[in-house]
Amino acid sequence: MPTTPSSQSPSETEEKTPLHKRKAAKVDRLAELMGDRGDDGHGAGVWREAFGRMRRSPMAISGAIIVVMFLLVALFSPLIAPYSPTSQAWGSEVFPNRNEFVGPRAENWLGLDHLGRDMFSRMVIGARQTLMVGVVATFVGFLFGALLGGVAGGCTVLGGRWGRQVDNVIMRVIDMMLALPSLLLAVTVAALVGPSLTTVMLAVGIAQIPIFARLLRGAMISQGNREYVLAAQAMGVRSHKIALTHILPNSMGPVLVQSTLTLATAIIDAAALSYLGLGNPDANFPEWGTMLSEAQRFLSSAPALAVYPALGIIITALGFTLLGESLREALDPKLRK
Amino acid sequence: MLRFIVRRLLQLIPTLGGLSILLFVWLQRLPGGPEYALLPDDATPEQRAMLRRSLGLDEPLMVQYLAFLRRIAQGDLGTSLQTSRPVLDEFFLRFPATFELGVTAILIAVIIGLPLGYLAARRRGTILDFAAVGGSLLGICTPVFFLAFILKVVFAEGMGWFPSAFRLSPGLTRTDITGFVVLDGVMTREWDVVWDALAHLALPGLALASIPLAVITRMTRASVLEVMEEDYVRTANAKGLHRTTVRTRHVLRNALLPVVTAVGLLTGSLFAGAVLTESVFAFPGIGSFVYIATQERDYPVLTGFILLIATMYVFINLLVDISYSLLDPRVRAQ
Repeated sequence: MPTTPSSQSPSETEEKTPLHKRKAAKVDRLAELMGDRGDDGHGAGVWREAFGRMRRSPMAISGAIIVVMFLLVALFSPLIAPYSPTSQAWGSEVFPNRNEFVGPRAENWLGLDHLGRDMFSRMVIGARQTLMVGVVATFVGFLFGALLGGVAGGCTVLGGRWGRQVDNVIMRVIDMMLALPSLLLAVTVAALVGPSLTTVMLAVGIAQIPIFARLLRGAMISQGNREYVLAAQAMGVRSHKIALTHILPNSMGPVLVQSTLTLATAIIDAAALSYLGLGNPDANFPEWGTMLSEAQRFLSSAPALAVYPALGIIITALGFTLLGESLREALDPKLRK
Repeated sequence: MLRFIVRRLLQLIPTLGGLSILLFVWLQRLPGGPEYALLPDDATPEQRAMLRRSLGLDEPLMVQYLAFLRRIAQGDLGTSLQTSRPVLDEFFLRFPATFELGVTAILIAVIIGLPLGYLAARRRGTILDFAAVGGSLLGICTPVFFLAFILKVVFAEGMGWFPSAFRLSPGLTRTDITGFVVLDGVMTREWDVVWDALAHLALPGLALASIPLAVITRMTRASVLEVMEEDYVRTANAKGLHRTTVRTRHVLRNALLPVVTAVGLLTGSLFAGAVLTESVFAFPGIGSFVYIATQERDYPVLTGFILLIATMYVFINLLVDISYSLLDPRVRAQ
């Protein structure tokens, strides 16, 4: 008879849960794998080996190239962008209601948008805003997820019967959040709080909390059975100190891998929120999701206006996904070969 | 078996109860609240207070929550602020359209995804495999609404191959029996209606299928790869069984088990996708209704929609658990 996976250790979950809890099982598998490191005294071995494997994988390399390019553009965007992204300097040349748009030319590499603003500058500055949305959202999910998961994991490992009760309560809440698709969760939050850039970042971040929480909890539980924890306990180290200084640092690996994947999801979900009208209400503000939903109106007359931000989103999300997936694959002996 | 089902049903109570609390608290925290959405900006504080009283918003929280629960238990999800009609009725009215769209999307995803994933696994490392994996990653990374727009602009407005909006062409008469256009058409033998409805479903169905298709392709591939390494497959091969027998009876059968069950669990994300797709194609289903609700801050509709999806998701999860324990003796044995 299957029990809910949250009450088991991750290795048991992997073996016995029906595969339908894939979302959960995938997360737990990652947690378990990375928990294996450090057992034989070669702490960095697994990571070094994984990076070695990634260097030979075209998937990982293309992902890394995309991510590095994106980061460079985002970080140095004020230096790269030739004009101000909000200046409507060429406003007199564009007439959206007469379907007159300006395409690429010498001074505006990607043409002008519907208000006569330089598309290239908007794309470049937009990269920075998009990165910010992705990073902040991921950080929100990471922070609260790690907090919940860390408390749950720590309590299970070291808290005795009481701790397991705490863990049970926390995991019920997490399972509840997992029951909603992340985009829907984000839409709910955003719809209820009202449209703004902060809302988007918070909403997308909150939707990621359950995944991070589950991941860290799983990793901590698998660390809990290691000899070094037993040794620390035998030496009389306090429980909370073991949890914070011994178990936690050794459990962060899978969470970092997940962050890479979450960045991609965050960027796509943020775009969807903008489309639903829950994004930044300030249309001046160049963010790829906002730009894309703005440009939908002119898709039949000036498709390029939508295609540029869309390509930006797709390529960036693809980069982070490729990198994250290949990192996970490189670390998982089951997926290897 | 019965004990297992009853226990699983009991486990649903705290989940759904917690969700209702969460929704209720969110509703309370709204800035402005519905009275700002309902009344013009220049309404006097007295008018606002009166509206709050008539909506029961001035009662203590606990009382409001209990009233909220009682109404949900009676199937009353509130009244839509847009149409002034019960939310549940609005959902029922639009359900057939969304259901048809969802089934279309799942069919497209399964019919393309399963063979593609299987072939990709069998021909691992070839161009086909690379294209399948790359394509499904691309599918996951493409915003659904953008894909829908592109399909609409290219194949409906550009090429004119498909209609660009609604469920049926205007002017087409049909007999309404169940609300399911395709089903009704088949039942009354109005083949022109069936054909027209299918044409209307094609593009939104394809857009909505993008994520399930990607997920199914990748899952099938991974699952087949895993099963092909199993001892029983090696045994079957060593026994000298015919290749086709091994592939169908051993590999495919075992590999498809997790895929088939996962299809049911894509429902939640299908509904989220429906909000994005239906609005692009002005498809008159639950999705476009919720899309307008997000624009108009129609909170009863939003809460109702979330409760609906969460409930469906939880029950489908339960069904999957049960079917799994029926299909896989190892799960039952625990």
